[in-house]
Amino acid sequence: MDINSTLLGQMIAFGLFVWFCKAYVWPLIMEVIEERQTIIADGLAAASKGSRALEEAEQERVVIVDAARGQAREIVDQANGRGTSIVDEARVAAESERERILASAKAEVEQEVNRAREELRGQVGSIAIAGAEKIIAKEIDASAHKELLDNLAAQI
Amino acid sequence: MASSADGAKTASQYIEHHLQNHQVCIGPEGVLWSTEANPIACSGNFWALNIDSMFWTVVLGVTFCALFLKVAKSMTLENPGKLQAFVEVVYDFVATSVRETFHGDSKLIAPLALTIVCWIFLMNLMDLVPVDLIPEIAILLGIPYMKVVPSTDVNITFGLSLSIFALILFYSFKNKGAGGFIVGELMMNPLNPKELGMPKVFWPFVMAFNFVLELVALLAKPLSLSLRLFGNMYAGELMFILIALLFGSILISAIGPVFGVIGVILHIAWAIFHILVVTLQAYIFMMLTIVYLSQAHESH
Repeated sequence: MDINSTLLGQMIAFGLFVWFCKAYVWPLIMEVIEERQTIIADGLAAASKGSRALEEAEQERVVIVDAARGQAREIVDQANGRGTSIVDEARVAAESERERILASAKAEVEQEVNRAREELRGQVGSIAIAGAEKIIAKEIDASAHKELLDNLAAQI
Repeated sequence: MASSADGAKTASQYIEHHLQNHQVCIGPEGVLWSTEANPIACSGNFWALNIDSMFWTVVLGVTFCALFLKVAKSMTLENPGKLQAFVEVVYDFVATSVRETFHGDSKLIAPLALTIVCWIFLMNLMDLVPVDLIPEIAILLGIPYMKVVPSTDVNITFGLSLSIFALILFYSFKNKGAGGFIVGELMMNPLNPKELGMPKVFWPFVMAFNFVLELVALLAKPLSLSLRLFGNMYAGELMFILIALLFGSILISAIGPVFGVIGVILHIAWAIFHILVVTLQAYIFMMLTIVYLSQAHESH
């Protein structure tokens, strides 16, 4: 139990161990742990940044979707309006086309009627002449009475 | 009970044997070792060396350094192993204690605290090795005395605390200057004649009074530091020795087996309780070191 040189030996050993720990052990551990702390801190910062970005993106999404929805509604409205107008235009065009076709058909029919009437008139004239010729062949000279007959044919 | 060659030791001889350091010194007739015949051959000689304490303290210190160096060299950033995780927990514990308590700027204090807590913990842990195991092996090897718990040796605990005392003085002088430390800290506290508005005539008396008080407080630091550790560990060791004596009674009395059973129960109970003491004393020593060195860095 008496104090002896073990005391000095212990002090020397203590000094050496502390020196060793300070020089070789502590810095190595500290380096890795601090590096990891930095990484963890960075990771957490990145995560919070990410979640903030997500929040912003969410807000942006809402805005964009709203805008798109509005635009789509506008387009649909426009399309509806345009569809109605196209149908109207088509109806008008069809109407006019119908009238045009009807008119041209009418005109053609009239022309046909006229031509047939002319033909008929000519034929009636020649039939009348032929009849008259047969009846009055002997006394009437065809050339002398041509003018009279032409007048008669024109009146039919 | 130690069953030495003749197997006939009395209880007091057994206890004495356990409390005797194996010493070596250089006497008038050359190198002297403790022998069974003359265990105190080196008594009274300051240059005697407690070879067992020295051996175990160095072995444990080297164990600490080697273990931590091995882990420190193979530290990985990701996927740390269990041993690394353990070292990191210890590191973190010490680093946090230092950060919270020590407000100066020193690169020494943290590794110092780590060394102290681990080394003292290992020294104290030797107390949980069965009391007779290593001494009996040593006897077989021809070493008559073997005290295996270095912290039950006052030389070891004073070696630690006096080193820390030297650091306290060093940092006090370094950070406060000779005047700031001796006059400002040791003489102007706790009664500050300036603040008390005393006439200059009384100042020397008050300062002398303060100096005596503060000097006692200063010297109490290393003294309490080492004696606290020594006292706790010495008492614990003695308890283990006394409990071990109960086992010895199995052979020498009719109701011996009863003592034996009581001894086993007591041993287990004391060992479990002692785990707390072992850890706590290492922690207290470390914390107080940090506190004292922190005080040495701060001015009032």
